Amino acid sequence: MLKTINLKKVYPNGEEALKGINLEIPNGQVVALIGPSGAGKSTFIRTINRLVEPTSGKVYFANKKNDITSLNKSKLRKIRRQIGMIFQEFALVERLSVMENVLSGRLGYVGFWNSFFRKFPQKDIEEAFRLLQRIGLEHMLDKRADELSGGQRQRVGIARALIQNPMLLLVDEPTASLDPKNSRQIMRLICELCKERNLAAIINIHDVFLAQNFAERIIGLKAGEIVYDGKPSGLSETILTKIYGEEDWSKNVAN
Amino acid sequence: MPIIKQKDYKTWKKFDRKRDLQNWLCWFLGTLIFSFCFGLISSKTIWFYVFDSHNEALDLLGRMFPPETNYFFTLIKPIWDTLNIATIGTTIGTLIAIPLAFLSANNTTPSKKFIRPLALFCIVSSRSINSVIWALLLVAVVGPGVLAGIIAIGLRSIGFCGKLLYEAIEEIDENQIEAIEATGANKAQIMTFGIVPQILPAFTSISIYRWDINIREATVVGLVGAGGIGIELDAQIGDLAWAKVSVILLAIVVAVVFSEWITAKIRKAII
Repeated sequence: MLKTINLKKVYPNGEEALKGINLEIPNGQVVALIGPSGAGKSTFIRTINRLVEPTSGKVYFANKKNDITSLNKSKLRKIRRQIGMIFQEFALVERLSVMENVLSGRLGYVGFWNSFFRKFPQKDIEEAFRLLQRIGLEHMLDKRADELSGGQRQRVGIARALIQNPMLLLVDEPTASLDPKNSRQIMRLICELCKERNLAAIINIHDVFLAQNFAERIIGLKAGEIVYDGKPSGLSETILTKIYGEEDWSKNVAN
Repeated sequence: MPIIKQKDYKTWKKFDRKRDLQNWLCWFLGTLIFSFCFGLISSKTIWFYVFDSHNEALDLLGRMFPPETNYFFTLIKPIWDTLNIATIGTTIGTLIAIPLAFLSANNTTPSKKFIRPLALFCIVSSRSINSVIWALLLVAVVGPGVLAGIIAIGLRSIGFCGKLLYEAIEEIDENQIEAIEATGANKAQIMTFGIVPQILPAFTSISIYRWDINIREATVVGLVGAGGIGIELDAQIGDLAWAKVSVILLAIVVAVVFSEWITAKIRKAII
């Protein structure tokens, strides 16, 4: 479903964020990407939809022949419509309403003037209602995004990504700004929705415990390289030390 | 900050001897220059007039009172003109400032090498020329009257609003833009969904603030013939009709207070 070949990113300051990532993700698989800060997790998911331009390498998506990194702008926009993205700081447009934020997920399908006058197709609006109900925020749809709490905002962020009807979710530290309870609920919601829709997802996450609990596959990234790729149960003390460095990991290892 | 070692103890002073001397020398030179300049100005001032100025001021005030209250009604038209110059000028100015701001903001400019400096040049040149000077030039070009005033106020407002607006654009939260971009939205949609909601509060307060300033400026452009109450003021001072001048000054105060009141209301309603 998604395949990256030797994906590299070198930032203008010479920092090598990705040193050739080879990865293949089948349909409907939820993958957790773990690793220390600065390992290149955020860079990696952003090079897939080219919010960050990769320096070299190829990205194949949805069994299409074309490599995403070689697409022109309008074709890239078409691909982006099929890739939903969820962010650490929620990245909702603060001064727009919940409904507008959710519907903004359809911008790739709606013309400029229709989006300018907020004229979205009836089926998009119905889908927005359905999603808001699914995430439990249908009573908030007229509230401005900045009036919501952290957990509620992240739910709206999830609805915005899902209304795109994507095949792949890119999720960047979805729980880093949330308390432990909300973190679990959000992770559970993302994973449930992926199951319901047979969606593949790459979830960047700091929290090893959450990663182990919710993902079916774990990829450990360190300094731009994959150092672990396997089942959550395979995360041993030696492997965690390899990913994060020397620390007492005995409490983290799944028994 | 030197620590000074004496024979058997050490102490601390903020400055060492050399800095002390330098400081003293600077103060001495400063005082010298001040005295010299004071002497120069004093020798070219006719002190007789200065010492007599309180009498002159009282005399002027005396001639201003009582104000010719009836004259106020002939001022309604020029005041209306002044308000129009300010309002229409502000509208034109902000409308032109919007695209200029997008072209000059670091994060929205289409070309940093070519278009951005050009747009910045437009903003700076508009800002560096006072509206009275714009008015002087425009009276020569389009002739005296309200139109010259409107264009002068508009031209001056472009720079002010453009600068503040492009700074607001540069301060937006890029995460929100990234999120909209990730949905597959095009450039124009990113602008209306991502950028505009973020800068709207700044934009309204900037344009209200400029309108407030422009009411004051519009009273002055008339002095050089660009319409409004300034023309009347110029004429009455020329006629030495001080009782009328005092009415004009009162009218200006009323207009400014009125604009303050309105802007306060609008600000409360919007922000």
